[in-house]
Amino acid sequence: MDNDAPKADPTAAAPARDIRTTRNPIAVDMTGVNKWFGPFHVLRDINLQVKRGERIVICGPSGGGKSTLLRCVNRIEDWQQGRVVVDGVELTEDLKSIDEVRREVGMVFQQFNLFPHLSVLDNCTLAPMWVRGMPRKDAETIAHHYLERVRIPEQAKKYPAQLSGGQQQRVAIARALCMQPKIMLFDEPTSALDPEMVKEVLDTMVALAIDGMTMMVVTHEMGFARQVATRMVLMAEGQIIEVNEPVPFFTNPRHERTKAFLSQILH
Amino acid sequence: MTSATFVRQQLIAPSNPPASSVGTPAWLRQKLFGSALNAAATVISALILAALIWPTVRFMFIDAVWDGSSRVDCLEETVKRPVGACWPFIAAKFAQFMYGFYPADQVWRVNLTYVVGLVLLVPLLIPRAPWKTLNAVLFFGVFPVAAFYLLVGGRFGLPHVETRQWGGLLVTLVITFAGIIGSVPLGILLALGRRSSLPLLRWFCVVFIEFWRGVPLITVLFFATYMLPFFLPESWKLDPLARVLIGVILFAGAYMSEVIRGGLQAIPRGQFEAARALGLGYWKMMAFVVLPQALKIVIPGMVNSFIALFKDTTLVLIVAIFDLLGQLRAAFADPNWATPVTVLTGFAFAGVIYFIISFVISRYALYVERRLSTGVAH
Ligand SMILES: Nc1ncnc2c1ncn2[C@@H]1O[C@H](COP(=O)(O)OP(=O)(O)O)[C@@H](O)[C@H]1O
Ligand SMILES: [Mg+2]
Repeated sequence: MDNDAPKADPTAAAPARDIRTTRNPIAVDMTGVNKWFGPFHVLRDINLQVKRGERIVICGPSGGGKSTLLRCVNRIEDWQQGRVVVDGVELTEDLKSIDEVRREVGMVFQQFNLFPHLSVLDNCTLAPMWVRGMPRKDAETIAHHYLERVRIPEQAKKYPAQLSGGQQQRVAIARALCMQPKIMLFDEPTSALDPEMVKEVLDTMVALAIDGMTMMVVTHEMGFARQVATRMVLMAEGQIIEVNEPVPFFTNPRHERTKAFLSQILH
Repeated sequence: MTSATFVRQQLIAPSNPPASSVGTPAWLRQKLFGSALNAAATVISALILAALIWPTVRFMFIDAVWDGSSRVDCLEETVKRPVGACWPFIAAKFAQFMYGFYPADQVWRVNLTYVVGLVLLVPLLIPRAPWKTLNAVLFFGVFPVAAFYLLVGGRFGLPHVETRQWGGLLVTLVITFAGIIGSVPLGILLALGRRSSLPLLRWFCVVFIEFWRGVPLITVLFFATYMLPFFLPESWKLDPLARVLIGVILFAGAYMSEVIRGGLQAIPRGQFEAARALGLGYWKMMAFVVLPQALKIVIPGMVNSFIALFKDTTLVLIVAIFDLLGQLRAAFADPNWATPVTVLTGFAFAGVIYFIISFVISRYALYVERRLSTGVAH
């Protein structure tokens, strides 16, 4: 993208929204969160603080409630007890608080969830245009910027079905980034990918981590976790079992469940 | 293989399939006469087709009378041979079949409406034609209003033509078009309401939909025409055709909502979640993410409903509105054209018109369906 009018580049504003300059030192604050699906107690007394710039990797056995926890952060799921405060905004029934938080929190799903009827570019510009009210031209400039960053600028005109899984997931990341979020949530972003495509997605996420993005990542990619995580969280049976920095978490797990889980996943 | 190990030395290049399995002769043999049962089915079908086609061709063309000015020209006594279709009857009544009793010097308004409608519709149906949004706004938003003033008149120097004078294909098309234009948005709202998380709204939509689906169209038309005036205040005097249009729209809207609901159900949960995670509110999520996909899925079902509606319009006859078929029956009563073949001729003519229109719609739907299933967007 060439820009002859220098001030017309809205991505120039992107660093200004960077986490280092925003007001709140705590990005996500969950206290005493309990959630039930019918009679099933899926989240049990969740207490978790994520500081700005932190990268939390959540792992644990399937069905442990990892996705549900993540989805409470942008209130795609609601909960019955407890408080969730995102960037200083408490999530309540109030739709305004929910909208406010969703504008600042990007999410990447296991199944990509790209909009199949829209081109890659339109996938990326939809929310900036209709949620942030950005003019199309600016939204496209931003979209090209982030597509470049996930290294697929040449696919902008294609439709999701014409891309490989890895490319689709990178578009999904770009789509979330186009809203210039302060926090990114990843729910098993590489689990649905063929093995040869996992790396390209992880590389994108590593680059994002290096840029200082606040991230909450559910993944079983332990190599990635070791490389970028500031803290590891192990979840099982709806509760947080162990929280620790990566080195002690991997070399010296303290809870039996952590040991059992790590021995399964590292072999 | 004798050895447990194997290493390919040379890659096999792709080659063409053997001639016996491709091409027309193979296809014929396989599909038409592949087995004794297939062969029997083929022969029987061919016989039935021939038995149907030959008399039709004879009636419509070979034995048909092409020139004449009254019933006498279509009588066996006059032409001294078996008589097929009496086309002069259609020619004499053609204006009525097309426009009812719309004043002859004003018929250009109907034709102009048709032309404008087609000019806007055709590019809308061609996927590659540009300016789809503008085109859709013109066709669905501006055209109905323009058509209303053009056909009804009473403004812009056009003489007023009462709907009582409308008839024939004009009425058929007006009812069908209004039914389509009205039932799709109504159907969308009802389908969304039925899936709403607000219980009261949901129940209302369920009751509304089930009510209209449970009542035959004839009853709806009767009610709209003869009962509704009793319920409405005196000052609300609605035009008879407008009353019927409202009844048809509500009726078709209820059916449409069930078709559209099927499409909504087919959209994966992840699409809703992704839209919400991006911060899109309910209406924007529906408008930009969910409905475009859901409506695409149900195009075949919607087209089915459109064709059904097109054919059902003929029921308005019972409330004294004369669509194409109604006008036809009125023409049968004309003693000037009373011959043994008049009725058959009339129905053959109406059948051809209904068939052409329905066939074109359904072929187009098939084309759209194929396009969508190959995964090419837009
Ligand atoms: N919408 C739902 N309704 C009922 N149960 C659910 C729903 N979503 C998830 N669950 C259940 O909650 C538990 C936790 O799910 P999830 O958060 O997806 O676990 P994880 O991501 O750790 O595998 C699972 O037992 C799952 O079956
Ligand atoms: Mg999960």
